[in-house]
Amino acid sequence: MRAPLSWIREYVDLPDDVTPQDLAHRLTALGLKLEALHHPGADVEGPLVVGRVLSFEDEPQKNGKVIRWCRVDCGPEHGEHGIVCGAHNFAVDDLVVVSLPGAVLPGGFAISARKTYGHVSDGMICSTRELGTGDDHDGILVLDPRLDADAKPGDDAVALLGLRDDVIEFEINPDRAYALSLRGVAREAAIAYDATYRDPAHRDVPQPNESGYPVRVEAADGCPVFVARTVTGFDPTAPTPRWMARRVQLAGMRPISLAVDVTNYVMLELGNPIHGYDADRLDGPIVVRRAEAGEKLTTLDGVTRDLSTEDLLITDGSGPIGLAGVMGGESTELNDATTTVVVEAAHFEATGIFRTARRHRLPTEGAKRWERGVDPLLPAYAADRVAHLLVEHGGGRIDDGVTYVGGPPAQPEIAADLDLPARVTGMPIDRDTTVRHLRTVGCSVTVDDDAGTLTALPPSWRPDLTDPYDLVEEVARIVGYTEVPSVLPAAPAGRGLTRAQKLRRRVGFALAGAGLVEVRSYPFIGPADFDRLGLPADDVLRDTVRVANPLSEEAPLLSTTLLPELLRTTARNVGRGAPAVAVYETAAVFLPTADHRKAPILGVDRRPDQADLDALLAAVPRQPLFLAAVLAGDRQASGWWGAGRPVSWADAVQVVRDVAAVLGLEVEVVQATRAPWHSGRCAELRVDGREIGHAGELHPAVCTAYGVPARTCALEVDLGFLVERAPDVVQAPNFSTYPVAKEDVALVVDADLPQATLAATLREGAGVLLESLRLFDVYTGAQIGAGKKSLAYALRFRAPDRTLTEAETGAARDAAVALAAERHGAVQR
Amino acid sequence: MSGPNTDYDPVEVTPLKPEEVDAMRAAALAAVAEAGDLDALKRVRAEHAGDRSPLALANREIGALPPQARKEAGMRVGRARRAVSEAIAERQVVLEAEHEARMLVEETVDVTLPWDRTTRGARHPLTTLQELVADVFVGMGWEVAEGPELEAEWLNFDALNLGPDHPARTMQDTFWLEPADGGLVLRTHTSPVQARTMLSQEPPIYVVCPGRVFRTDELDATHTPVFSQVEGLVVDKGITMANLKGTLDHFAESMFGEGITTRFRPSYFPFTEPSAEVDLVCFVCRGREPDVESCRTCKGEGWIEWGGCGVVNPRVLTACGIDSEVYSGFAFGMGLERTLMFRHGVADMRDMVEGDIRFTTAFGTEI
Repeated sequence: MRAPLSWIREYVDLPDDVTPQDLAHRLTALGLKLEALHHPGADVEGPLVVGRVLSFEDEPQKNGKVIRWCRVDCGPEHGEHGIVCGAHNFAVDDLVVVSLPGAVLPGGFAISARKTYGHVSDGMICSTRELGTGDDHDGILVLDPRLDADAKPGDDAVALLGLRDDVIEFEINPDRAYALSLRGVAREAAIAYDATYRDPAHRDVPQPNESGYPVRVEAADGCPVFVARTVTGFDPTAPTPRWMARRVQLAGMRPISLAVDVTNYVMLELGNPIHGYDADRLDGPIVVRRAEAGEKLTTLDGVTRDLSTEDLLITDGSGPIGLAGVMGGESTELNDATTTVVVEAAHFEATGIFRTARRHRLPTEGAKRWERGVDPLLPAYAADRVAHLLVEHGGGRIDDGVTYVGGPPAQPEIAADLDLPARVTGMPIDRDTTVRHLRTVGCSVTVDDDAGTLTALPPSWRPDLTDPYDLVEEVARIVGYTEVPSVLPAAPAGRGLTRAQKLRRRVGFALAGAGLVEVRSYPFIGPADFDRLGLPADDVLRDTVRVANPLSEEAPLLSTTLLPELLRTTARNVGRGAPAVAVYETAAVFLPTADHRKAPILGVDRRPDQADLDALLAAVPRQPLFLAAVLAGDRQASGWWGAGRPVSWADAVQVVRDVAAVLGLEVEVVQATRAPWHSGRCAELRVDGREIGHAGELHPAVCTAYGVPARTCALEVDLGFLVERAPDVVQAPNFSTYPVAKEDVALVVDADLPQATLAATLREGAGVLLESLRLFDVYTGAQIGAGKKSLAYALRFRAPDRTLTEAETGAARDAAVALAAERHGAVQR
Repeated sequence: MSGPNTDYDPVEVTPLKPEEVDAMRAAALAAVAEAGDLDALKRVRAEHAGDRSPLALANREIGALPPQARKEAGMRVGRARRAVSEAIAERQVVLEAEHEARMLVEETVDVTLPWDRTTRGARHPLTTLQELVADVFVGMGWEVAEGPELEAEWLNFDALNLGPDHPARTMQDTFWLEPADGGLVLRTHTSPVQARTMLSQEPPIYVVCPGRVFRTDELDATHTPVFSQVEGLVVDKGITMANLKGTLDHFAESMFGEGITTRFRPSYFPFTEPSAEVDLVCFVCRGREPDVESCRTCKGEGWIEWGGCGVVNPRVLTACGIDSEVYSGFAFGMGLERTLMFRHGVADMRDMVEGDIRFTTAFGTEI
């Protein structure tokens, strides 16, 4: 909402020295938030004067243009000036606006005498665009004798055109619809300065009668009030007075024609959207009703719209002529031949307009006001104001007929405890302050001091006031939010972070410690991602939740895997010159419910039944916390110390092991095949026998598809499960202080036997005396033959209660080797 | 030392002359003094103090001497051997010290050489900021509540006094999920976590809810469709707006330093009544003249817009099964991206989104 200060002052006796800044800050403190201050015309400097065209000659130019070389009388003080002008829309004796050398136009455009087209142009004849009062640049502004009858050469055009003003732009919250009008803004200004306020809606209006334009309301629930007044003999060519057009313009709307400008002006003034119809184009009585199935309407914007049976319509004998409260129709639009105007000032119900405006994507000035709530007492006054302004500036007469259908809805009373404002705000607000401030905002208040309660009837312009707490806010904002004391509440003893919350932080630190950089991606991916990842058509990851209104058609799905975004991030970093990238993300993935069920909408008048609540919660898809990482380039950089070490599948697996170690868990690694990983370099990871994810080198095609370096490695695991499985209490180890006995064994086995399997066998075979086992060499080559490999382990033995003898150690080692031989055909080297 | 001379062979015996012993001693001491390094000294030791050294051989002959000569010869040889052995020990200490000093010089390296074989990792500053905020409240005894990002429409809107035809629903440009009437949305704020908390636990409630939220804004320098909020909720007996102010003042001081307080401006949120926007004293210029004029952090305002807050609307308490006659509460919320921007001078929100490792690495694991 943009409110010119000069307009506000028309309804409030503000002190003369009030600055726009001061007013804006006080209104912000009351709840009308300052969005911006505008000072149109502040940069304009004179001389900017009225001039009379004495003569001109048309002079064709080589470039094809014809310029006019004019003599202009700029009044006694400035005399005659020779001016070159490119426009042709004026005649000798016309009054025009001349900026003389030394003048500065809006936007800091400085005027000086300059040589052009063979003349010295001693000033400029201005267009409305140059003056900042309109968009017209096809011709210059020619003053209109009907508007500017008193103007004469040498008059100050700044004052004549109302170029200078201060405009306060507010961001109006949905509960303050009344402030979408000068009437409302001025009322708040009066409160802010405790100044006298004149309500522009206060005017004497004639009683309704039966001779007005016939109107029938068939949907009173959507249109409780419909007022119609008729103006006949209106001159459609009459211009809009400069002050009115300027105010409409400064308030952010475009001046169009007198009839349209008047309806907009009164909407801005009072807050009641108005619609005007060309009576000669109306076909019989106006009927307000809901649309029928299949009906269409071509609105003012030229769009033909399919109507919903919920849409409220203004109709006549020809069918729909307007989308009630939202936008008029083309067929009865006011135009430059309209001489009889039917003025509609109605009251429409907020929710219906809200739905219609949303359905047709028409957030018009009218709809914006209706859906927030308009004063239902306004229509009679608004219609009368419009009729009078039309006649005043466009001639004709107001018909005696006054149509008034329906009546304003009753305003509910609010009962509240007298001390509620003090109790809720913690401010020392007494009874009298409460009552006084409620009356200030327009409530009728009665008090029952014995019961300690009050009853407030909100004013007609405050449909937002319905609850006792609404009254608290009204009192509090006038007392001033800055008066709220600062009192820290004492919370009961808390238990700190949960174990899961702490562990998730530890995981983050561990990953950063391992050289990985956290990223926070958007959870949106597209079907093409699944193809890039090489997932089979029936892969479970393709079962997704889809966004109905995605930002990008390429990414309408909620992630079931974090890898696509991480791969794009990796590619972006490589593209920006990063030699190596190791990034990770911990975030939710979105797994649809098995039946993609809908979540119910429950009531809000009490706590829902537990069964309903359970059904609601069960309809929300599972969103486990995943950890994914992508590693590309060298894991260890090259340098003066020697060559770097490229990232390997093993690094990816190790990241998971490190994370698990932080959580006190051990990971079981199993050879697997799973897209998007390299089929021979993919590890399935398990904890407590459950698959938690995969790690390894990516498939070459995936690297190509995402534009990441060859041999990029990745991992993705269910971090939430790991955190859940982390032991609450870590048990202390038992360890022996007797001497250790060491044995090494090298075993030749089939090349495809997983190391982990052989190690497990050795552990089993060695028995309880085995303290640890560590793989220290892997050898393949001619010495042991094709299809074979040699794995060498260091075994450490120790007993809890004695020093082991060589015989005991040897027996344990031999048992381990024997079991390996039996199970895997292992041969000792 | 050899034993008594039992196989006495007078033929081979030569008498030990004092000059000879002295000469051996002098030769040995001279050799020790000349030994230039530990290896040389080792050779000297073998030559002059070893089993085959002249003095050792001389010592062996003492037993063969006539008894009357033994004592004097024994003393003389013994003194000579001790002197040689002491000299060697002394020389050993000197040479070892020299050796160590030389070795330290020779092994000098250029310690300015880099050793960045593995690059440093980092946590995202928003993650760290989120934890920083949570810790302020945990320090006051609050707990950290969490909830899903894909949320039931009822919890995101209806339960929070945002009915289906509430104009504020269009203000929060919502990502809806298919089917459009499926009752599921990407949460537009973390407030559904508050609703979940109230539905699942009895007052007193003191929780802070950090998390990701979603609105259909295009990504630009100051907007991102996926961003982070932290909200707080208190429901207890006798809670007032003053408690809200006290909490936010404490929060502001904890985050931005002593003396940084807040102010309220009336505002509107469906889930709170009265509602306020909360501003923070600019922690850079503190609103003081003349610094405030040129302050880039608050753009000359002296205040920074921080978030929204208010007294929990009794309708919300009712929908969540809490008796609003007994309990009252307050709630507040702020955007973490914006906080990171003004607290750390991040100029462009895209830096937080794009995952450029240079951005994140600069923050390390603390902010």
